[in-house]
Amino acid sequence: MSNAEAYKVRREPFYQPQGNEVALYEAAYAARLPVMLKGPTGCGKSRFVEYMAWKLGKPLISVACNEDMTASDLVGRFLLDANGTRWQDGPLTLAARLGAICYLDEIVEARQDTLVVIHPLTDHRRNLPLDKKGELVEAHPDFQLVISYNPGYQSLMKDLKQSTKQRFSAFQFDYPDAALEAGIVATEAAVDREMAARLVEVAHAGRRLKGHGLDEGISTRLIVYAATLIGHGVSPVDACRMAMVRPITDDADVIDTLDHAITAVFG
Amino acid sequence: MAVPGIRSIADSRQRLMANPESQAAWGALDCGFAAVADVFDECYAAAKRIIAGDELPDFLEAARVIGKLGRGAEPLLAFLEHWPDVVAGTGLAQSATLPPVMAAIRSLQKSPNGPAITPLLQTLGAVAERLRTAEALQHYLTLALDLATRTSGSIHGHHVTEPSPSLPDFLGQAPRLLGVVSLAGLKRWIDDGIRLYGDHPDNQRAYFALASPDSRAILQREREGTLFADVERRLNLTLAALWQDDSLLVPYSTAFAEVRLHPYLAPDGMRLPDALEDRGGISGLDRYRAMLAHLAGHRRWSQPLVADNWSPLQRLAVETLEDARVDALLLRRFPGLQPLLLALHPQPDADACDPASENCLRHRLTCLSRACLDPAHGYGDPLLAEFASRFHSLLDDSEASTRAVADLALSYAAHSRRPSDQFANVHFAGTEVDYRDDNRHLWTFIEAGDEEESFAPPPAAADDEPLGLPPRHYPEWDLATQNYRPDWSAVYEALHPAGRAANIDRLLEKHAILARQLKRLLDLLKPQDRVRLRYQEEGSELDLDVAVRALVDWQSGHLPEPRINVSHRTNGRDISVLLLIDLSQSLNEILAGSDQTILDTAREAVALLGWAIEQLGDACAIAGFHSNTRHEVRYHHIKGFSEGWDDAVKARLAAVEAGWSTRMGAAIRHAGHTLAGRKSEKRILLVLTDGEPADIDVADPQHLIADTKKAVAELSTAGVTTFCLSLDPKADAYVGDIFGRNWRVLDRIERLPEQLPMVYLNLTR
Repeated sequence: MSNAEAYKVRREPFYQPQGNEVALYEAAYAARLPVMLKGPTGCGKSRFVEYMAWKLGKPLISVACNEDMTASDLVGRFLLDANGTRWQDGPLTLAARLGAICYLDEIVEARQDTLVVIHPLTDHRRNLPLDKKGELVEAHPDFQLVISYNPGYQSLMKDLKQSTKQRFSAFQFDYPDAALEAGIVATEAAVDREMAARLVEVAHAGRRLKGHGLDEGISTRLIVYAATLIGHGVSPVDACRMAMVRPITDDADVIDTLDHAITAVFG
Repeated sequence: MAVPGIRSIADSRQRLMANPESQAAWGALDCGFAAVADVFDECYAAAKRIIAGDELPDFLEAARVIGKLGRGAEPLLAFLEHWPDVVAGTGLAQSATLPPVMAAIRSLQKSPNGPAITPLLQTLGAVAERLRTAEALQHYLTLALDLATRTSGSIHGHHVTEPSPSLPDFLGQAPRLLGVVSLAGLKRWIDDGIRLYGDHPDNQRAYFALASPDSRAILQREREGTLFADVERRLNLTLAALWQDDSLLVPYSTAFAEVRLHPYLAPDGMRLPDALEDRGGISGLDRYRAMLAHLAGHRRWSQPLVADNWSPLQRLAVETLEDARVDALLLRRFPGLQPLLLALHPQPDADACDPASENCLRHRLTCLSRACLDPAHGYGDPLLAEFASRFHSLLDDSEASTRAVADLALSYAAHSRRPSDQFANVHFAGTEVDYRDDNRHLWTFIEAGDEEESFAPPPAAADDEPLGLPPRHYPEWDLATQNYRPDWSAVYEALHPAGRAANIDRLLEKHAILARQLKRLLDLLKPQDRVRLRYQEEGSELDLDVAVRALVDWQSGHLPEPRINVSHRTNGRDISVLLLIDLSQSLNEILAGSDQTILDTAREAVALLGWAIEQLGDACAIAGFHSNTRHEVRYHHIKGFSEGWDDAVKARLAAVEAGWSTRMGAAIRHAGHTLAGRKSEKRILLVLTDGEPADIDVADPQHLIADTKKAVAELSTAGVTTFCLSLDPKADAYVGDIFGRNWRVLDRIERLPEQLPMVYLNLTR
């Protein structure tokens, strides 16, 4: 089916395994268990899903969740056209029909009442009732649901209900250890290992301030940004300030401290 | 026979001096004091070395005048001993400095403050060393004379007859003061002291002798450079970010300490100086960070050594090389710190120290330490180069250990030993690395020897459990200086004692009719803030705008917007209110035409308001305050935000009593502190008072009014709205000054119970 082809991941994404998560995911996929990915922002959750979709050769449909998202945004809705009405499948329905991996990113951003529509797809039923259309979509045998969320930074108001949480198997992600992370940065942004190691050192300084004025540590993604800027000829100090410090905080003391850390590392 | 008080003059004038030049000078001095004659020979010889030959006659003439002031030998002794220091300290010609000093002496001589001449001269040398220019010295003398004039008292108003109680103390402290503040800061410190204690001689003396906490706090405020308190958070963040270290950072005082301390590692954390000036283009903050890095490096890489069998010189060598190792390791980790450390590390001249006459050990070690850190050290000494390269090869591929470095240091100390290393005349200049610590953590002692110093404080006497919370100190705004008086008022917060809750219920029953009226109003007020939610697929009404647009899109064959409905949602009131009740003595007055006191009426009003706010569901706290001088501002907790309108709260309200005065600014700051912790959209401080701010230790009523105004402004910056309800019919004169437009005067106090809840409702409608 050409539609499914459009959602295939064509080129191998770079993913550096931190442990045995690839084998575990393959096992979960073999059993079609729904999977939950937890971890701080920018540590590689989305990249992991992309990589697994490529490795398994399955289409991947990603949805970035937000507060204004309604159940129709996931399931689909009737649209009006010149001839009357036409049903348009939402991404979740599409994935269930195509047998794709449906990836709901930052799921806690969506409202609780929206989320309950995924329940029938995540247990033994594996179907999706479209009440407006009067249709019961049976999930394709290849269909799998993956969600991700960041337990760290959201407010107490935003958490998954137990009834939702307990439908998933879960992976806990974290930033890779220093050597591994330097390797990732060096590969992603084409800087040398030593520069990558220093950037990681700055990021570690920032991560230690989590809770002291930073809601979230400096992510691997930001390190890669900084390294990319350096690759474009920006000086390391400027690149770190621009990509790793200024985005994450407005607190003058923290900015000053991290600037000092950058100076201490790069001079 | 010698009569006490009467000097025999003739004898000492004829005293023979050892040196013929001194003899001539002694004759010119025309002085009969035996005490002066005893030391004149040496004093004159010292003066001759420093004062230019053609200026010596002026020096002698000045000394002659001082000897004839009629104040005994002390002023002259002080002058002879310290004047050469002034000349040496300023490095200026005597002609620039002597006239203003003599003018100051004449001026003091004519006033009752003559006895202060001696302390002035005694400390002048140390002062001059810090001031360095003739203008600054002139400025200092003017300050001292100004202090003398402003603090000298007169009994009957015309002639100044009482000497300044504080001038001698001030002059005695002057070198130390100028060591920590600039002349401008000193002037402000003096002004504050005179204004605060101008009419209280004992307190004034304590202030100018630096013996009172206020005086130290105000001096600390005037200090130059970077204050620890200002950068504490950044230092803590730096320590956590770069060193993963959560040591406690504790400042030690540098302004009042007799000996200069280096930073040090204590068992429970790191000790840093309480202020650092910029030095050599390095900011105080960066100096702090260098200290922090060095201390953290020690904590990470140093192990203690047994000190017993090593001489102090050997230990110095070990400490220096261990410091260099720690610095080298931390530079390996954070190479960017190199410019900072090199700028702070002295680079002594290779031949600054003469081994024939001075003890050069410190100098040699500092050179070696520099060579270990700075590849471009430029020292030519082969021994030093050899040990620097041994140091580097030791650290080449490992962290080495304290022990290995100690062996290297001992070897260097042995190889470079000189006979002069035993001299007492140690060459100190340029050998102090002031970002490094004193290495007290590096040594353990097996036997308690003579050299061991006990750094642990004597065991404190077991304290009694303190009653209640410790006080919180708040600054107070000083109208005259337009500056804060630091940590000025002490606010004690405590739970108000409880009475009988039933009394409050009875009060509420008494106002049952009023309560019913209020209830109707409250119900009207409750569903505040209807928020319209547009662009809904499903909603209560059609959103016409969007619907028409969608229809047009549909007709023209475009994709119409399906979210054409609008719905509503009621938004809860998000208000935190703190009611602050003035509980000063004046509330005990009985209202005209009734048997109730103002306090009883206020209690009824507060009870009704508390009930009303509870009905509305707003977060509400109630507190009372009064003060007994700045040292005791009482802040009574009656109801907290999380407490319901229950019997415990009512019981506290029932027991409220009035007394003492109204130091409003401190109470408002404390209430603001409580409110600042609330996350509500609207934070309101409601102050209920019956008069202007006043306290028994403040003479000027404008002072506390200005302070309260400042406190209100501070709260406003912090997002807290302050509203004042005054029961003082004459309040218009000042209340607007303090609260801007946020105030109302309730003229008829007896109607307070119905007005207070109404005012609140109107405020928050």
